[in-house]
Amino acid sequence: MSSYEARFKVWRGDVEGGGLEDFAVEVNDGEVVLDIIHRLQATQAPDLAVRWNCKAGKCGSCSAEINGRPRLLCMTRMSVFERDETITVTPLRAFPVIRDLVTDVGFNYTKAREVPAFVPPAGVGPGEYRMMQEDVDRSQEFRKCIECFLCQDTCHVVRDHEENKPAFAGPRFLMRVAELDMHPLDAAEDIGLDRGRTAQDEHGLGYCNITKCCTEVCPEGIRITDNALIPLKERAVDRKYDPLVWLGSKIRRR
Amino acid sequence: MSVVDRQEWDVVVVGAGGAGLRAAIEARERGARTAVICKSLFGKAHTVMAEGGIAAAMGNANAGDDWQVHFRDTMRGGKFLNQWRMAELHAQEAPQRVWELETWGALFDRTKDGRISQRNFGGHEYPRLAHVGDRTGLELIRTLQQKIVALQQEDFRETGEYESRLKVFQECTVTRVLKDGERSEMGVPPAEGWGRVSGVFGYERESGRFFVLEAPAVVIATGGIGKSFKVTSNSWEYTGDGHALALLAGAPLLNMEFVQFHPTGMVWPPSVKGILVTESVRGDGGVLRNSEGKRFMFDYIPDVFKEKYAESEDEGDRWYDDPDHNRRPPELLPRDEVARAINAEVKAGRGSPHGGVFLDVSTRMPADVIKRRLPSMYHQFKELADVDITAEAMEVGPTCHYVMGGIAVDSDSAAARGVPGLFAAGEVAGGMHGSNRLGGNSLSDLLVFGRRAGLHAAEYASGAGSARPRVDDAQVAAAAAEALRPFSAEGAEPDGGPPENPYTLHQELQQTMNDLVGIIRREHEMEQALEKLAELRARARRAGVEGHRQFNPGWHLALDLRNMLLVSECVARAALERTESRGGHTREDHSGMDRSWRNVNLLCALSDPTDGLTDAADAARGRIALTRETTEPIRPDLLALFEKEELVKYLAEEELYE
Repeated sequence: MSSYEARFKVWRGDVEGGGLEDFAVEVNDGEVVLDIIHRLQATQAPDLAVRWNCKAGKCGSCSAEINGRPRLLCMTRMSVFERDETITVTPLRAFPVIRDLVTDVGFNYTKAREVPAFVPPAGVGPGEYRMMQEDVDRSQEFRKCIECFLCQDTCHVVRDHEENKPAFAGPRFLMRVAELDMHPLDAAEDIGLDRGRTAQDEHGLGYCNITKCCTEVCPEGIRITDNALIPLKERAVDRKYDPLVWLGSKIRRR
Repeated sequence: MSVVDRQEWDVVVVGAGGAGLRAAIEARERGARTAVICKSLFGKAHTVMAEGGIAAAMGNANAGDDWQVHFRDTMRGGKFLNQWRMAELHAQEAPQRVWELETWGALFDRTKDGRISQRNFGGHEYPRLAHVGDRTGLELIRTLQQKIVALQQEDFRETGEYESRLKVFQECTVTRVLKDGERSEMGVPPAEGWGRVSGVFGYERESGRFFVLEAPAVVIATGGIGKSFKVTSNSWEYTGDGHALALLAGAPLLNMEFVQFHPTGMVWPPSVKGILVTESVRGDGGVLRNSEGKRFMFDYIPDVFKEKYAESEDEGDRWYDDPDHNRRPPELLPRDEVARAINAEVKAGRGSPHGGVFLDVSTRMPADVIKRRLPSMYHQFKELADVDITAEAMEVGPTCHYVMGGIAVDSDSAAARGVPGLFAAGEVAGGMHGSNRLGGNSLSDLLVFGRRAGLHAAEYASGAGSARPRVDDAQVAAAAAEALRPFSAEGAEPDGGPPENPYTLHQELQQTMNDLVGIIRREHEMEQALEKLAELRARARRAGVEGHRQFNPGWHLALDLRNMLLVSECVARAALERTESRGGHTREDHSGMDRSWRNVNLLCALSDPTDGLTDAADAARGRIALTRETTEPIRPDLLALFEKEELVKYLAEEELYE
């Protein structure tokens, strides 16, 4: 096992402002960036604020930006950096800073509430749900989401455009709309809810111009753009411009 | 004294993992205004790390399964120490709890005919675990989270506010359960007696501000204690908060000596040591080998399980396809057995290069099947250890995973003993799993007893009516002073030494518990641990922190240390007392299971009950007193589910005569 000393710049501050602070810190074999942040806490900066939880890439708490790129601190191994490289760790840029590496991610919880929940099919009791694996595969892919909000952070629609936030749910919650839309038993239509249309009209799908930044940062490898956003756009377009589809949807619902 | 924000609720749930969220949903649906408090962000609870599945006898994969079989497996897994009524309710209600999740939007993996698929797991006779790949816990937490949001949307439509009836206070820590009357000079006791729950005291992690939620009913659902051990699969939240809150409020803890070491945690690299490798790896066909390439588990089948496990590799391998005519491979023994076996192999010098053994799926399944069935494991090893599990074996070893012991509760209502208004569910509650929990029984436990706790807490709260217990200002002031103590550590003690670094104290505690009260226990080591714990207790009173109250992890840890030290003392004292080996408690100096201990519970309580808020007790003196209790005899119709020859192995003579 070999240890070395790495140079880090970590953003420290709060809502009033702050800046990068320099640290020299020991690194051991196999460690990830979160280990180094923890070592800083234990030895040099006991009040350094960082969010984390499972340290295994399953909970999505320790999101931050490493050298400007949105990443999970617990899944970024130190071995991906050169030993003489200075590693810069900053809080997520799209959200307001609370302290140090901790940001206010309340935006995401607000958006989550704006997506209408799963609508259970009438007359199908608990234990009577029958769905084929191939029909749940698509929604299951989206349910792998650990809500790290890296896609929300990187999306250029809101990253430097605070003004777009009220109208735009972000990739995570557009994907949630797609997930429910593709759920084999979701009965939204029966109560007059057209999920495809709400994506366009209420959650700002039109702002997305499929640059795939969200897909690139997803630590779960979910193909957000290809499998959720583009199909959702196609559906919204169908509904909007195809008179036959429009008519069909009206007749079927009555 | 600083002004503390106060709010009134009907039910307060501490913890937002599976049990806490299920309790909150039930309480809200029963009409109680419900608040949930959690240390992390909403949806990040430790439940997300559960991988394998939810055990429920739905009989989808094998029609022979029913609640009686599940009950039997659970009792065997717990070596008959389980609070049998809990095991019964759990087995009966688990299927309904799983199906209900589907109506809230959960998407489990499917059988060919479109029902919920079920997988094999250690100690379960039939394929029983509803699952989603190896990320079942995430599916569970997300489904419950989204159900909470659905209820909030409903409330929004009716009241114009999302949080009018159900609110999540995220990134908040509770440090005290408050009670009416007790230890104050308020004169005449209320008709219901002293000491009912009146609310909780806590702080917002973000701002450091204190708050009080007044409520007649509090459900504790804080999970486990793993962060007192060095090698653990548990997240930072697992500091035994709920166990300590209950103890300090006067509720006893049950059978704290039983700590589950999961047989398969990662052993390399050091920074990920302890992270879980799901039992599904073995359930789906993975095998354990030592450095000689031998499947050593065949040498470790204990007598009580001899008839139920394969004798040869061939038989074990045939079982995956033909379970009716073959017995299961011993890799699927209950976790305590497998963990001990791995420990023994390593000790005998037959371990892997980094001190574990080999867990191999690469020679057992095609690469694409591995990636589909075990995607998180593939990912985890690839990313964190540079190991491709489709091409080579994993290195694994035991890791502290779960505590079977916990708050002593009434089986049906989840009410804590001795403190009216206090309820507990999930890992923090004791009894359900006896001396060892089966894989998959945790998620079902969360759902079954989370629901029950929410239900009974809501009923209790509505019964309180206008006679709501009042919050005692003196208790609030004392709780605030206790929480602020780390900021004035220096000079606070007239006889004290220098301030202590909470991180150092925590590391010493973890090393102590790991080395001296770990997977294999010895009398003199546990005595040594108790001495060390006394020293740490004294030093923890001087734990000091820098900076201010806003999102200060050093301060948070200093406060959590109180809980970890209390709980660790419970574990060490109970483990020293129980002179036998059973389930998650293995004594090198008392290696056999002793039938006379079968019906004995050990209860931990504060040795000085007035120790509630002052914390003035001499730190060197132990804070925990143990009592023994004989358990209620197992109901005859439940005993009748077992063959007599099997019962003879577990039950004491006099129990058998009855």
